[in-house]
Amino acid sequence: MSSYSVTEPSGRQKLFAGTLVILYALITILPLLWIIGTSFKSPSDAIAYPPKTFFSPTLEGYVNLFTTRTRATEEDVKALGEPTTWYDRIVRKDGFIIAGPSRFMERFSNSIVIGFGSTVLCIVLGTAAAYAFSRFKVPLKDDLLFFILSTRMMPPIAVAIPIFLMFRSLGLNDTHLGMILLYTAVNLSLAVWLLKGFIDEIPIEYEEAALIDGYTRFQAFYKVVLPQAMTGIASTAIFCLIFAWNEYAFAVLLTSGTAQTAPPFIPTIIGVGGQDWPAVAAGATLFLVPVMIFTIVLRKHLLRGITFGAVRK
Amino acid sequence: MAQIRIQNVRKEFGAFTAVQSSSFTVEDGEFFMLLGPSGCGKTTTLRMMAGLELPTSGEIYIDGEEVGMKPASQRDIAFVFQMFALYPHMNVRKNISYPLLSQGMPRAEVKARVEDVARILKIETILDRPVGGLSGGDRQRVALGRAIVRRPKAFFMDEPLGALDAEFREHMAEELRALHDRIGATTVYVTHDQLEAMQMGDKIVVMNHGVVEQFGKPQEIYDWPATKFVAKFIGSPAMNFFDFDGMIDAGDTVIELSGKRVNVPSSRQGAKGQLTMGVRPEHIRFSDASEYRGRVLATEYLGTTQIITLTTPNGEVKARASSRQAVRSGETIGLEFNPGTLTIFEGEKGRALLSEANEGVLRHG
Repeated sequence: MSSYSVTEPSGRQKLFAGTLVILYALITILPLLWIIGTSFKSPSDAIAYPPKTFFSPTLEGYVNLFTTRTRATEEDVKALGEPTTWYDRIVRKDGFIIAGPSRFMERFSNSIVIGFGSTVLCIVLGTAAAYAFSRFKVPLKDDLLFFILSTRMMPPIAVAIPIFLMFRSLGLNDTHLGMILLYTAVNLSLAVWLLKGFIDEIPIEYEEAALIDGYTRFQAFYKVVLPQAMTGIASTAIFCLIFAWNEYAFAVLLTSGTAQTAPPFIPTIIGVGGQDWPAVAAGATLFLVPVMIFTIVLRKHLLRGITFGAVRK
Repeated sequence: MAQIRIQNVRKEFGAFTAVQSSSFTVEDGEFFMLLGPSGCGKTTTLRMMAGLELPTSGEIYIDGEEVGMKPASQRDIAFVFQMFALYPHMNVRKNISYPLLSQGMPRAEVKARVEDVARILKIETILDRPVGGLSGGDRQRVALGRAIVRRPKAFFMDEPLGALDAEFREHMAEELRALHDRIGATTVYVTHDQLEAMQMGDKIVVMNHGVVEQFGKPQEIYDWPATKFVAKFIGSPAMNFFDFDGMIDAGDTVIELSGKRVNVPSSRQGAKGQLTMGVRPEHIRFSDASEYRGRVLATEYLGTTQIITLTTPNGEVKARASSRQAVRSGETIGLEFNPGTLTIFEGEKGRALLSEANEGVLRHG
């Protein structure tokens, strides 16, 4: 009989676990790969049946995403002379000329401003509130905390109509400020609760040590509590950003022009003779990038947080 | 370095009174122990001295200045926490230099001071290590380093050895005491371990239920406890109590214990009713001549001494005797008490009656 270790898995177990993880990763990543693939297809390849796994890639989807185009007669196209840029060439191949930029960049930057704006606001307010709830005697603390939590007890969209009316009378409809405030309001309860949990975990002695070492309460908070709460702040920020970034229903309801975010915009990209799927896929692909970068940047904090906790106690 | 004076300090948390009107003085350069069972208010007292809690009433003087309502950062004191509270996101050097940086000290001076302290504590080699991977002893040394680097008026330590394992605790206790003797700083040290208190302290305050029971040098407290609580809390095994109904007058030198006469130090106070005679285990001797007799229940061998448990007409008692003395379980022997060492406690409060022997100790406090 061979000896075995309780903690070190055998080769066969490792193989099994590895296969399982890779299989799961494939299942979850396949739709993403399909979207990224579609973004490089031509419109006809995108709707081909049976679906094409192998195709000749083109940037047509991206060009269509960023531009508006008009059909032009052959003479008109000829009159313009030779196409000067690669994207002109792609467009003219189908008998179109570029009329101007699309609104995608505006919508995308709206998403960035509103998503990150509400995340920052949420983290600032949430950390301050969580610290106060964690460290100070707040009158009616439990009731307040329950009240904050209770705002999560129904889907936010349930209050869409009151919010719509409120925003209309406050002039917040279709404004960046309005959307930032709305997403902050929805996320704040989660942020307070999550962050309170993280701050509760930080022993109060660290701050007391800083107070005795000659620092003020605010300096102790800023220099001692915040660095240790980074794990919690990072994960809370990721949650907040993902919600604000993906939010669709309120964005449809409350924005239409200046403050419209990318989610309601992307599905409205219309091609000629039907939905322009490669352009939609290109929009979705680019839409993924900021959250992905944000999560990868903060991942370091998440991982460090895990090892930190292991040795501290 | 400074004298610290606590005057009628009281602390309430809502309806709960943690510390009741306590007064004592820590002299300049003293190693001062705050001793008591958990929940007795010793840590709250220390935290009020440090400025981490504000007293409900009373005054705290550090170096002659009333600081009761001042924030900790303005008291110029250092605090060593039980769990050390080293800043986990900084390395050893940054941890030790942190209190100096708050004062805006020039970098070169900070560096020199930190290295100085590292040399005293023998931690030069770990200065650039993160605190996460340090052993308990090294963490303790870094915490001490952070405390002494600023040369504060006083050091406050809240059970600093509590987080160490038993073997290492002994060693650190010696190191701590040696460090104190070297830098001579006023130190207030909280512990629930009476052995630690007696081993390290110049003076001890014994607290119970938020009340200062006694305050004095370790030997005074051991020999002449002011209350039954102190008598029981200090010493292992604890002081023996012989409860009896009777009376004693001022000037009496004899009490009657279960019909037998026992010599005691000449009393300065009279009392009657429920009384207790207290005697330390090492002051009980065996003598066939004695009329007061007890039956041996058990013996515990401890190397040079042995602890003998006896049953007497006034309850179970423990005696400490040389291991060479042959005592068998079941035998009945006469007990003799060293008269110069006895204390009589009165009634329910268990206060010690003043006598010729203990008045020198109990009158001053």
